[in-house]
Amino acid sequence: MVLRNAVHKDLYADSVALMRAAARLAEPPGVETISLVMGTPANRDVLARSGLLTTPGHDAGPNDLLVAVRGEPDAVDTALALVVDALSGPGEGPGAGPKAGADAGPPVRSLVGAPAGASLALISTPGPYAAAEALKALRLGMHAFVFSDHVPIEQEVLLKREAARRGLLVMGPDCGTAVIGGIPLGFANEVRAGCVGLVGASGTGLQQVSSLLHSMGSGVSHVIGTGSRDVSAEVGGPTMRAGLDALAADPVTEIIVLVSKPPAPHVAEQLLRHAGASGKPVVACFLGMDGTVPAPAGVTLAPTLLEAARAAASLAVGGTLPPGEELPKLPAPAPPRRLLRALYAGGTFAHEAALLLGPALGDIARTAPPPVPGAAPRLPDRHLVLDLGDDEFTAGRPHPMIDPTVRTEYLRTALADPRSAAVVLDVVIGHGAAPDPAAALAEALSEAPVDTPPVIAFVVGTDDDPQGLTAQQRILRDAGAYVVDSSTTAARVCAELLCAGVDLMLAPGSAATSTAASASASASASRIGETA
Amino acid sequence: MTAQAAPAQGLLTGVPRVVNVGVDAFAGPPRAAGATVTAVDWRPPAYGDPELGAGLARLVAHPAVEAANAEALERILGVVPLWTDVRPAGELIPELAQERLLLHAGPPIEWQRMCGPMRAAVVGAALLEGWAATASDAEALAGAGAIRFAPCHHHDTVGPMAGVISASMPLLVVEDEATGLRAYSNLNEGQGRCLRYGALGDDVMMRLRWMGERLGPALRAAIGSLAEPVNLRSVTAQALQMGDECHSRNTAASALLTRELSAALARHAELGGIEALDFLRDNNYWFLNFSMAASKLALLAGHGVPHSTVVTAFARNGVDVGIRVSGLGDSWFTAPAAPVDGLYFAGYGPADANPDIGDSAITEMHGLGGFALAAAPAIVGFVGGTPEGARRVSQEMATLTVGRHRDYRLPGLDFVGSPVGLDIRKVVDTGLEPVITTGIAHREPGIGQIGAGLTHAPMRCFTDALSAFDVPPEPGE
Repeated sequence: MVLRNAVHKDLYADSVALMRAAARLAEPPGVETISLVMGTPANRDVLARSGLLTTPGHDAGPNDLLVAVRGEPDAVDTALALVVDALSGPGEGPGAGPKAGADAGPPVRSLVGAPAGASLALISTPGPYAAAEALKALRLGMHAFVFSDHVPIEQEVLLKREAARRGLLVMGPDCGTAVIGGIPLGFANEVRAGCVGLVGASGTGLQQVSSLLHSMGSGVSHVIGTGSRDVSAEVGGPTMRAGLDALAADPVTEIIVLVSKPPAPHVAEQLLRHAGASGKPVVACFLGMDGTVPAPAGVTLAPTLLEAARAAASLAVGGTLPPGEELPKLPAPAPPRRLLRALYAGGTFAHEAALLLGPALGDIARTAPPPVPGAAPRLPDRHLVLDLGDDEFTAGRPHPMIDPTVRTEYLRTALADPRSAAVVLDVVIGHGAAPDPAAALAEALSEAPVDTPPVIAFVVGTDDDPQGLTAQQRILRDAGAYVVDSSTTAARVCAELLCAGVDLMLAPGSAATSTAASASASASASRIGETA
Repeated sequence: MTAQAAPAQGLLTGVPRVVNVGVDAFAGPPRAAGATVTAVDWRPPAYGDPELGAGLARLVAHPAVEAANAEALERILGVVPLWTDVRPAGELIPELAQERLLLHAGPPIEWQRMCGPMRAAVVGAALLEGWAATASDAEALAGAGAIRFAPCHHHDTVGPMAGVISASMPLLVVEDEATGLRAYSNLNEGQGRCLRYGALGDDVMMRLRWMGERLGPALRAAIGSLAEPVNLRSVTAQALQMGDECHSRNTAASALLTRELSAALARHAELGGIEALDFLRDNNYWFLNFSMAASKLALLAGHGVPHSTVVTAFARNGVDVGIRVSGLGDSWFTAPAAPVDGLYFAGYGPADANPDIGDSAITEMHGLGGFALAAAPAIVGFVGGTPEGARRVSQEMATLTVGRHRDYRLPGLDFVGSPVGLDIRKVVDTGLEPVITTGIAHREPGIGQIGAGLTHAPMRCFTDALSAFDVPPEPGE
């Protein structure tokens, strides 16, 4: 067993690319541990504490790639020799940039070097650097889409103030998705062009609503993400307001949909007022907002993502929609099966589920002990609605929409847990998502014991996405899952299964209009038809 | 900028032209959907210091800084460097004659910290001036604090390698009529065993004495007899078309300059004109000191523009290197001298090399040397590169400057102007260290040149300078 370090001068790769490369390089037998990090003091310190730092790693600088490998000598040498290649695989590392041909000129190394006329910066650097890059973009006259998270909120406030001053838009930080004039940014789905414009503080929520619009035969003009904190009291919703204004002025957009977890109350009030003055019909889906807030004329409040999509689609086609799909009939769980295990990759879906199921199920745990390497995850003795995209589950590894490893572990545990009465899974496809996300889940399902709880799954995306909606749904169905059309429907199915006879509350303050026995997507559709 | 402009102007009206910064894979989908996507080969700016990176962002496209840099560039390009005279240093810089003062290359340094070649050059100069009879006496004198040291740059002077200048050494004078500015450099000793590389011995001392007694006066008479002074900008511009980059390769420029003077030198045979011609015939580095003085003159003109981030000096003393910035007064921002990556004369290797030394990198700050590498295929071979690599260096350096030279053009890049006006913002933003072509001195005193190659101006100089830079107030803030 040997430990070796290597330093590649001035070779930068983002941490996602480094983690993917490290995972590939760790596969061959004989490699015990491999770490690829940029040689920052903090990273060197981490390696030192793990006993992985040696010469020449001590001397690595922050712009140098530092590689540490422990294992059998031959395997270690092989891994070291493959590092640069592993980083320059398709879509990885600096090699993924423009081809450095004889006449291509040197690669552009900063936003300042971008060609004249560039209009939008797509920023996904590590969080501590993202606000500076966004500020550069604004100063250079570009709009900014900031995918990066971990940006201090006061920097977000300053950025958005600067953007307003310059008549520019900052989408994010922590903005997952946007589609501008048919151009997908970040995690986005291939949705039909149409007349519905979306602005949202929830990336997966926007993906769900835009994909549902597509499946309902409608389409979108633009999808504008605002970043998850835009509608908080501190930030005050400037991007959602500016996005609304932009869509109101956009000739292609006829209907506007707002999607968010609940904004701060005064922000919600302002936004609704603003929406009422937009001159276009607006559907506002502020998941969990106090239902007593009156909506101005022209604004429809939708309590769920599915209802938001149906309301907008019905406005778009100018009539009522055909009823939604029938809920699958699931066998009632037998004791000791009594607990919900909802394992989400999309945080908004977890939020929506907790909201819809909370009144019916009562106590729901929203966290679980984070994974410990080498041990099976532990699940609480309560209903569980888990957001596996949360920081504590993504430390040091990619989001579950890219890397299914962590969620698969929780899924295996949930399937083997005799207390589990229902398991819920979301599968988000489209650009940025894993190439075949259903496959890893299906594998876990097929390997599960014979007596397992029912698995309810939904796929967010369209058939035009690289992974294909129908294909992903089929994989899950073939593995024994009940596949439904949306996050909202999945939550409804669970409600019916786990608390038959209890009314499912759709939004606080609104009387549930259907009994659990008859709760179905079609029932909700008719209600939306009334309010629209 | 109005307080509240139209929302998201232009965002939704056309296909966005995207710049991708960060995860490379994000460039794919928008590109596949038909958007123009520029992928930035990004790394954390400011050497990974988020706070300095945030300060840098506030200087990007800053109107006051852009205007100041445009002004600095205009001043630099406006200088017409005329070679007007050659006179003993003590006559041009009176302090040299009034006290035991020696000028040296690079930022300030005291005797105790000087590297081997610079110590040797100090000894040689002390012997030349008759301050000491032996090398050990000279060292004792310096060690006792009996010799004062000052950077050449503090006297508008530049000296290659050790850059040690004493009162009796002849200096060439370069002047700009419009501004009245002057800059100086010493005369080039040729190749091989030279004081500037730290070589000592009778041969070195004899040549230095001859340069003061014969070469200087002959040149002075020759230049004085010309109808007009020699325009060094024209010589440099021509030499760039002839394979020089006017830092490490000066073959064409030296020949052009010698041709200019040869008849006049021959007419002053009694002063040493013919000896001078014999000396110049063999000296392929002759023009280097002229290139340096002309560059120093241009950058002097560009120095002192408030809010300008243009580098107006880069100099190395063999231990530290330092930069000066137009808008940051006379401060030096220093870092340890970098090693030189190069080719060595037979019998020597990297272990023998002194770190980067000399004021000659002033030429890079003026768009020559490494910045003009695309003009000099021959030197690329010498440093182990290819013409393709040389073009790439010049292209990369152009991403770090505020503009291009109007007269200095690069044949290898379709005669585009050479990049001028190194901008500390761009260096810190891109993480690209400026490329310098340079000679390599032996680290021990008394040996001399052992090779030549490429080196880089260390990032630390630029991050420290940027840290010292105040963000000017902005309209509307």
